[in-house]
Amino acid sequence: MSRHGGLRHRLRKAVNAVMMALSGVSALFGLFWLFWILKDLIHKGLPAFSVAFFTKLPTPPGMAGGGLVNGIVGTLLITAMATLIGVPVGILAGTYLAEYGRQSALAHAVRFVSDILTSAPSIVIGVFVYAILVQPMKGFSGLAGALALAIIMIPVVTRTTEEMLRLVPNALREAALALGAPYWKVILRVCYRRVLGGMTTGVLLAIARVAGETAPLLFTSLNNPYWNFNPLEPTGTLNVTIFNYAMSPYDDWRTKAWGAALLITLGVLATTIVARIAVSRTQRLGSQR
Amino acid sequence: MRHPVGGAAEIAAHRAPPQRPAEPERPQGRSRPGNLLDVLFRTTTLCFAGLVLLLILAIGTVLFAEAHLAFSHFGLKFLWTKEWDPVRESFGALPSIFGTLVSSFLAILIAVPVSMGIAIFLTEMAPPWLQKPVGLAVEMLAAVPSIIYGMWGLFSFAPIMARHVEPWLKHHLGFLPLFQGPPMGIGMMTAAIILAVMIIPFITSITRDVFALVPAMAKESAYGLGATTWEVVRNVVIPYTRTGIVGAIFLGLGRALGETMAVTFVIGNAHDISLSLLSPSNTISSTLANEFTEATSHLYVSSLIALGLILFLITTVILSVAKLLLWRIERQVVGSVR
Repeated sequence: MSRHGGLRHRLRKAVNAVMMALSGVSALFGLFWLFWILKDLIHKGLPAFSVAFFTKLPTPPGMAGGGLVNGIVGTLLITAMATLIGVPVGILAGTYLAEYGRQSALAHAVRFVSDILTSAPSIVIGVFVYAILVQPMKGFSGLAGALALAIIMIPVVTRTTEEMLRLVPNALREAALALGAPYWKVILRVCYRRVLGGMTTGVLLAIARVAGETAPLLFTSLNNPYWNFNPLEPTGTLNVTIFNYAMSPYDDWRTKAWGAALLITLGVLATTIVARIAVSRTQRLGSQR
Repeated sequence: MRHPVGGAAEIAAHRAPPQRPAEPERPQGRSRPGNLLDVLFRTTTLCFAGLVLLLILAIGTVLFAEAHLAFSHFGLKFLWTKEWDPVRESFGALPSIFGTLVSSFLAILIAVPVSMGIAIFLTEMAPPWLQKPVGLAVEMLAAVPSIIYGMWGLFSFAPIMARHVEPWLKHHLGFLPLFQGPPMGIGMMTAAIILAVMIIPFITSITRDVFALVPAMAKESAYGLGATTWEVVRNVVIPYTRTGIVGAIFLGLGRALGETMAVTFVIGNAHDISLSLLSPSNTISSTLANEFTEATSHLYVSSLIALGLILFLITTVILSVAKLLLWRIERQVVGSVR
């Protein structure tokens, strides 16, 4: 009996050790890909960085030299436009969920839909914007690209805003209401102010999310090898440039694609990490009351 | 606490919220009756919340309207026609639908065990000082833009598949129909592996969150009876969180189905249906990415939009299931706490 029990005990220990080792290996497996990708990006992307890369326009196909300044500026402009469209919508919708809708059926429906939209295929959003904006206006435009990105941002900002506002203690609202402030003023002057930091970082996360998007831009903002500041014209972006250059047969273009890829990744990862640290600080503040 | 993270702020959207103590009564929004600004502000926020709701309806409606030409021309046969020939204007969705489903299914097969392993590592095994950096690093995988996965996959990963992995598979398993054709490095298998890496962070972080919902009491009781860590995971944690795990898997599936740029680079873009995992294939999203701006005729564009509509419907259903399952486990846990 005791020997049998000892054997079984050892077997159970062995199974446990194997399963725990496997889970440790899967963690390593996840990290392995991250570091492999980052290593290749830095290794192949860094040589592309030069003064010209950040200051010059692209050269014609096959010619060496030039840079991607139009794509860098284009990405910044389109992301900025998307932020201007998407963030106010998201913040107001999130305010409704946290302050008015709460447990109502409508609020639940909005939460449900916005969570679905958050993960909806971004290329489908691109097709949608193509149908409602590019086709009627008979032309690709930076504005269409910005609208596609804004649609992707809205659900993210909505849910972050709601989360943040729910961290505001009720006592604060009650205190302000008791002083005779109308509810809209309480929201604007007390609740928003309390979570300003958290909402800003939420917006940053949403920006980081859309700044790397390519699929919704392919047939909305298209591409443009020249300077363009007119939102109604096709606009070049780093992402679409990566797609075109990486698929091209020219070595120089491929090197530039690696450079652009490194630039985008650095920007997105840095924003994400900064925002994440700030978010956890806000949440600590919120829970401490 | 929830950490909306990274390019994966969306991960946060699907996570179970923290357990909150019973909320005290909130002040009601109606202050003095007739306060015009109050009504105005409330109505404004209501309109924008409604806008989010309308957005999904608008996307469905517009895609349906634009796809109408294709469906009226080809009929429902569009769904199971194999041919995709822009020159003869004969379009069928079957190769793209097949590629989408198969690549995502394979990705799930790879990603689920790995994600479960990472989640177990993070919740049951890793010392606290290791949990945060490892968790953050895994979630960084979700923040890397998908075009980076695609480009990296094409230039760094596909050559390794072509030179080492695929010849090995052909040599040892070449008698199977799964491993026929030349080892080119690009094709269904490479796409599925890259997709798997991309969805691992999504499945991991939600699984980890639902694991955290298991009451410490239940786990400690099992440990107290002498159970090993693995036995606690298998007999307490997993049964308790089964709904949530399935929700997390469906969420990962929804992501994989709609993923575009990563797949477009490495799947090879051929409108063929092949059993072989080494042969080039196509998905709905990669067809759209490659052909949309080149489509010249109305029928071509409409057929592509019809593909988009199919993808939108599939992912919406899958993501809705995921969401409902995750809501159910939340409610189940909150119920058992009270």
